Amino acid sequence: MLKRAIPALAVVLLLVGVWWICVVATHSPIFPTPLAVVTATLELLRDGTLWDHIGASLFRVAAGFLIAVLVAVPLGLWMGWVQGAFRTFNPIVQLLRPISPIAWIPIAILWFGVGDASPIFLIFLSSVFPLVVQTVTGVHTIERQYLRAAENFGVSRRKLFVQVVIPAALPQIIVGMRIALGVAWLVVVAAEMIALHSGLGYLIIDSRNAGNRYDLVVAGMVIIGVTGLLLDTMMRRMEGLRAVRWRYAR
Amino acid sequence: MPAKIVADGIRKSYANGNGTLPVIAGIDLAVADGEFVAIVGPSGCGKTTLLNILAGFDRPDVGSVKVDGAVRGGPSRKGIVISQRGSVFPWLTVEQNMYFGLNGHDPDRKSRADHYLGLVGLRGFERGYAHELSGGMLKRVELARALVVRPEILYMDEPFSALDALTSLRTRIEVLRILDQERHTCVLITHDVEEAIHMADRIIVLSPRPATIQAIFDVPLSRPRDLASREAATLKAAVLREFGL
Ligand SMILES: Nc1ncnc2c1ncn2[C@@H]1O[C@H](COP(=O)(O)OP(=O)(O)O)[C@@H](O)[C@H]1O
Ligand SMILES: [Mg+2]
Repeated sequence: MLKRAIPALAVVLLLVGVWWICVVATHSPIFPTPLAVVTATLELLRDGTLWDHIGASLFRVAAGFLIAVLVAVPLGLWMGWVQGAFRTFNPIVQLLRPISPIAWIPIAILWFGVGDASPIFLIFLSSVFPLVVQTVTGVHTIERQYLRAAENFGVSRRKLFVQVVIPAALPQIIVGMRIALGVAWLVVVAAEMIALHSGLGYLIIDSRNAGNRYDLVVAGMVIIGVTGLLLDTMMRRMEGLRAVRWRYAR
Repeated sequence: MPAKIVADGIRKSYANGNGTLPVIAGIDLAVADGEFVAIVGPSGCGKTTLLNILAGFDRPDVGSVKVDGAVRGGPSRKGIVISQRGSVFPWLTVEQNMYFGLNGHDPDRKSRADHYLGLVGLRGFERGYAHELSGGMLKRVELARALVVRPEILYMDEPFSALDALTSLRTRIEVLRILDQERHTCVLITHDVEEAIHMADRIIVLSPRPATIQAIFDVPLSRPRDLASREAATLKAAVLREFGL
């Protein structure tokens, strides 16, 4: 496990080294060295604001993402199973999907003001479409022999859904959740940069506005990256569940 | 013996790029109650199509299929298909697969599942998943899952063709042993003449596509069968001659 992480760590260290050399070589008065970023992070940790910012961002992501799951999974299953539902809703899904959640910011502010509701709405928008699309794909790609076997045994509709359709689509749903959470994290930071007074996005913009504190700006960026990595690792663990491994094992 | 399955004047074509592809060009067939019929034919001749029609998963363009004298509407648990590609649900454990066709409130559920898993020699694998089992074990799970609902008919579509020769032979022997204890009407699709001679009471040879019945052979050999016997070899040669070999 540790041994396998060595190449990845080496790349990170190499990048940090190049960064450090560049800053020193160019005598940049503003761009921080890695050491300055570490110091800035420690400063944020000491005055306690770092956890507040991370907590605020995570709360918004969690809320928007969960609402998206609650909407997208049932909708996606329905659209995937019922042709008519697919024909009715797929065009509108495909039409709304390419609109960047960033484009919704003015409307979010108009509807929800600058409280937590705005970024939660934007997170919801960013997560819901990829998750619907993956769930529909999951249902559409169920192999025919499984549906036939279920039909052969003449089971109830409920059993068909609970024991065949949903578990068969689950691996795709999990992929969708991973994509959706990644986008959600991307969007929360962008949304906070524009509209709010807490969160990692706010930290970055505020640090720049309040005296060009680029050490804090980069510290914020690094923390966003690390948190995103942790979130993805968490989602990845779901792919290890015994009931879905059949799909990924190939 | 009364006929269990009667196919009458079955025809079927599929639409393809530039017109229709006739796949079955008129097949009449009667399978007696408790009989084991093997249907052999060259690859792509329409065997799977015919089986799907017999089992109710597909409709013939012309003709009808009757089971127990009633026109077949759709598939039912009276006749279970052992599919060519395998259909053990990979997201369920072996035990959950066994329970799939059974009523959740059935008090005998566990003992029935146990019984059939024992019959196919898979007790101890209840908690396993499909991807943890070998191809031969998977086939046996599929068979046990079919038998546990006590079907009257088993439709088998090249069930052993994905197995290596030794596993195939071993699984066949095991299936025959089980069928000896329970009475089923069986329709076996295969392209392996030896497999047909090993298992069936009657062998129906299909022509190349579009399929018609080209020849019918009774298999008068006593069970358990000795495939190395002279009678078996003679019969095999006769069937192979139908393939032009
Ligand atoms: N659903 C379908 N649509 C179009 N053509 C099909 C379909 N199913 C089978 N065929 C064609 O019918 C022919 C017979 O197929 P099949 O019954 O699977 O043959 P076999 O099982 O004997 O190998 C093949 O040429 C195949 O391409
Ligand atoms: Mg076939």
